[in-house]
Amino acid sequence: MTEPILSRHQICHLFAAHAREVIREPAVIFWGIIFPILISLGLGLAFTQQGETVYRVGVVRDNSEIPGNGTGLESFLENRAGKLDLPENHSPAWQMTLEDTQLGNTRFEFVRTDWQSAMVQIKRGKLNLVISPGENKGIQYHFDPRNPEAELAYLKLSAAVQGRAESGGGTRGQISPLSVTGTRYIDFLVPGLICMNVMMSCMWGISYGMIDKRSKKLLRRMVATPMKKSHFLMTLMAVRIGMNLIEAVLLFVFVCIVFDIAVQGSIGALAALFFAGNIAFCGIAIFTCSRTANTEVGNGLVNAVVMPMAVLSGIFFSYHNFPDWSIDFIQMLPLTIFLDGLRAVFNEGAGFAQTAMPTAVLAAMGAVFFVLGLRIFRWH
Amino acid sequence: MNMLIEARDVYKSFNGVKAVNGVDLRIRPGQFTALLGPNGAGKTTLVEMIEGIQAPDRGVIRILGRPWKGNEQYLRRRIGLCLQETRFMDKLSVWETLRVFASFFELGKDRVEQILALSGLEQKRHSRVVHLSGGQRQRLALGISLLNNPQVLLLDEPTTGLDPNARREIWSILLDLKKNTRTCLVLTTHYMEEAEKLCEHIQIMDQGRVLREGSLQDLLEDTQAEKIIEFTIDNPDHAGPELLENAPFAVQWDPVAGRGTVAISDIEHQLPVFLEFLKSRGLHLKNMECRRKTLDDLFTEMTGRRLHD
Repeated sequence: MTEPILSRHQICHLFAAHAREVIREPAVIFWGIIFPILISLGLGLAFTQQGETVYRVGVVRDNSEIPGNGTGLESFLENRAGKLDLPENHSPAWQMTLEDTQLGNTRFEFVRTDWQSAMVQIKRGKLNLVISPGENKGIQYHFDPRNPEAELAYLKLSAAVQGRAESGGGTRGQISPLSVTGTRYIDFLVPGLICMNVMMSCMWGISYGMIDKRSKKLLRRMVATPMKKSHFLMTLMAVRIGMNLIEAVLLFVFVCIVFDIAVQGSIGALAALFFAGNIAFCGIAIFTCSRTANTEVGNGLVNAVVMPMAVLSGIFFSYHNFPDWSIDFIQMLPLTIFLDGLRAVFNEGAGFAQTAMPTAVLAAMGAVFFVLGLRIFRWH
Repeated sequence: MNMLIEARDVYKSFNGVKAVNGVDLRIRPGQFTALLGPNGAGKTTLVEMIEGIQAPDRGVIRILGRPWKGNEQYLRRRIGLCLQETRFMDKLSVWETLRVFASFFELGKDRVEQILALSGLEQKRHSRVVHLSGGQRQRLALGISLLNNPQVLLLDEPTTGLDPNARREIWSILLDLKKNTRTCLVLTTHYMEEAEKLCEHIQIMDQGRVLREGSLQDLLEDTQAEKIIEFTIDNPDHAGPELLENAPFAVQWDPVAGRGTVAISDIEHQLPVFLEFLKSRGLHLKNMECRRKTLDDLFTEMTGRRLHD
């Protein structure tokens, strides 16, 4: 009868011992408890007070490529959406709010644009969908049906338009799927996946791997040799870049075959940008792992770098959906710079002239972080 | 004579705790020295300062006549190092691991082959490190430390946790090295037998200080005539310190083990006196052994603790 009691006793002591081991590490308290709270607080304050979903819709009124009559579109915008007195092109000319107490309000911002500019903004994720005059006083909707966000925007907008038609407004809609290479959701997604792989591979492969090795005293033996730490770190970077290249090429070949993806810009510019992006994240990874030997702290450090960029930089959805005040900050993040550059080459036909700046910035970032990491690096 | 290792009045503290507290060390070419002491004695910290991994708070350390500062590359090329439970990359083979480390010293395949033979790992050349036994892994670590034909070899508890066979294999490699080279060795250990077997010079350390040093003979010279009587009694519960404090000789009593030791220099006359004392206290002798005094006994005399505590 005493055995279960002893067993529980042991479990209690073991539990207490493990708990003490964790809570007596001050860094674990910060990275494990305080940091997630700060993140949730920051993101919560930033993005929960918006209170409504915003979709940006491009309005192409004189689309020579698509035959149609502008009357329905004109009538919808003038009668249903409120006209705004703002500058042309980049600011919304009209806006419309669909009120819903249960699901939250949805606001549509209608931006005047031409067809060419609309396609560029779709590729960059600045517009969710494009509308133009359709046949029989209808409205034509242009978006990639495989992009769930665009599809949702279409469903909400078309329902609003349909409601008007049924009540005698007379505006009917037709879907015109965007299937041209560069405008589909998959075209938006693939550069995002490549960039995300580079970031994750560098941060977990180099940073966490190094911290793990240091915690297991694998690196301590290295310090007793005449080997230079810069050699050690540069070879680590080289292996990682090689692995990332293989992964990116395999992914690219796969999507080329399956989704008919094509690089519309310069392959040389793409290669240079890819290399610079790798340098940037390898440098950041080495800086991140330069001192700690505690894997719990390492976990927190890697997450502190990776999480904000994974959320904000627009891997899966455009960062233009975030509030305007945050866009400038987001565009300074290395992943955003890398991602915007890669998307420009993939989808907008960018060449060296357009990618020179992001390439240089990423390479410089990598070099600075690498040198800083090297200076403070310790083996044990 | 030029000393290969010279440490003078070296101090090192961690968070206010004195790990090394005014230690001197002088080691000449070819000399094998053991730093003997229990865990926490400051042996590893002293060796880490000699390795150049830690810097002393105070004092001077010179290796091959040079300080570490400004001579890192020069010294690292001439020092070999083997840590306690050295870890290597698990997924590399023995051969690959040796090749990587040989490359740090710009050494080729021939040297790797020599080290494989020296460390007895020829049969394991293609085995991954993760699949090696503890003894094989430690032989690999020792082999790596010998790759560059070091003038100074630093071994930090190289046989801790190994079984007796594995320990003897390591000793055999080191004894060959002693016979065939002028390499000097600093070995930290808490195995008295290891220190006796390998090293002609021993420093006994405890709480960051050197308690005594010299050759094994020097250390035990004053007490060579003394014999140690180890005894157990039938009724150990009655053998409290108050019962033994008036003994005619200094008795070390371990109440947990129920075992006592006493140092006696004249067995013929003193042993009957001691036995009579036990009898007078109502303690009945159960078992008794007489043996030569060892470093462990010396350490216990100096500190009241055993080396393995």
